[in-house]
Amino acid sequence: MSTPAAGPQAPVALIDLLDRLLAGGVVIAGDLTLRIADVDLVRVDLRALISSVNENVPSPFAELGPDGAGAAEPVYVEEARLP
Amino acid sequence: MTTRQDGRLTYAYAVLHRGARPPAGLLGIGDAPVRTVAEGSLAALVSDVPAAEFDQPGVHDRLEDLTWLEATARAHRGVVDETAAAVGVLPLRLVTVYRDEDAVRAALAAHTQRFERLLSRLEGRLEWGVKAYAQQLPDDRKPGDPKPNGRKPPEAESGREFLRRRLRDRKAGDAALHEADGMARAVHDALARTAEHSRLHRPQDGRLAEAVAASGAPDAAGRAPAGARPAVSRGPNLLNGAYLVRREEAGTFAERVGELAARSPALRIELTGPWAPYSFTDLADADDEAGRSTS
Repeated sequence: MSTPAAGPQAPVALIDLLDRLLAGGVVIAGDLTLRIADVDLVRVDLRALISSVNENVPSPFAELGPDGAGAAEPVYVEEARLP
Repeated sequence: MTTRQDGRLTYAYAVLHRGARPPAGLLGIGDAPVRTVAEGSLAALVSDVPAAEFDQPGVHDRLEDLTWLEATARAHRGVVDETAAAVGVLPLRLVTVYRDEDAVRAALAAHTQRFERLLSRLEGRLEWGVKAYAQQLPDDRKPGDPKPNGRKPPEAESGREFLRRRLRDRKAGDAALHEADGMARAVHDALARTAEHSRLHRPQDGRLAEAVAASGAPDAAGRAPAGARPAVSRGPNLLNGAYLVRREEAGTFAERVGELAARSPALRIELTGPWAPYSFTDLADADDEAGRSTS
């Protein structure tokens, strides 16, 4: 067949799965529907990691992150004085 | 219908057209047989799950358990994606649970228009994931190999020279990352033009990926989860995109990914899928032209 790989059988990294299952899919109200996308529900390590992701990872294609913003650091001050 | 005196709840995986035939013999969470619950023109794929596991508030605690979360997520995906391989399907959010089939029917009835619109919009399309990582930054000074060719020994290096060298190294690193970032953007733009729609997921955090992979249970065949394979050394995740592609164009799309990978040496590119259109279940809500990805 011309399509590459039969998806459902191929092993998939859990992180890729969670990208889609925790953030995608239709959310419908129901008597027991859980709002698991509210990250609060996934506590402990996962929450800590996810919130660290939220804080530290720039949105795609954002300008280069904190490292690029280091212009005030001494090393750059030194640069200004270089011949 | 099932009475709910049996300690079980009804877990809903996906919505499809009533006439659509999901694959026979689907097994869901806990290997429970999957069945359809029909209402009007729609049907939901459901299976019974133990109330002891899925009722609130206990389920909140279980969501913190990565082993449980992984088993549930993989079972959910198995049902949704095996169905999506055969017929048009609208994935529901993980852990959409109802008391009984009547409640599922009520939900289908209440959202008929929205579901119909989405199903027809997504019909014949699947989602592909493309991730791009910066290759390890070029660095001729590995740890323990402090002195590239011809450089003065450290004791002869003045503070100023040290700072100058650090700045140069840093600039080289920034430039390499900047170049990789630009390439990732170009890859996304090219794929967004090839696909019908695109969505950008948040770039994956390396530590989160490792933590999730490390906690993963072996799959049913006893294989380690994919993320637990010996990590290929790779730089930061710069692109984590989802692309909606017609079934018949899947081969073309994959070829396009291959071409882009071949001409983007600064990137390591990974293709996943096909997925059910998890990342595109808000399409019908958005204005169609707004949804047309930036091209």
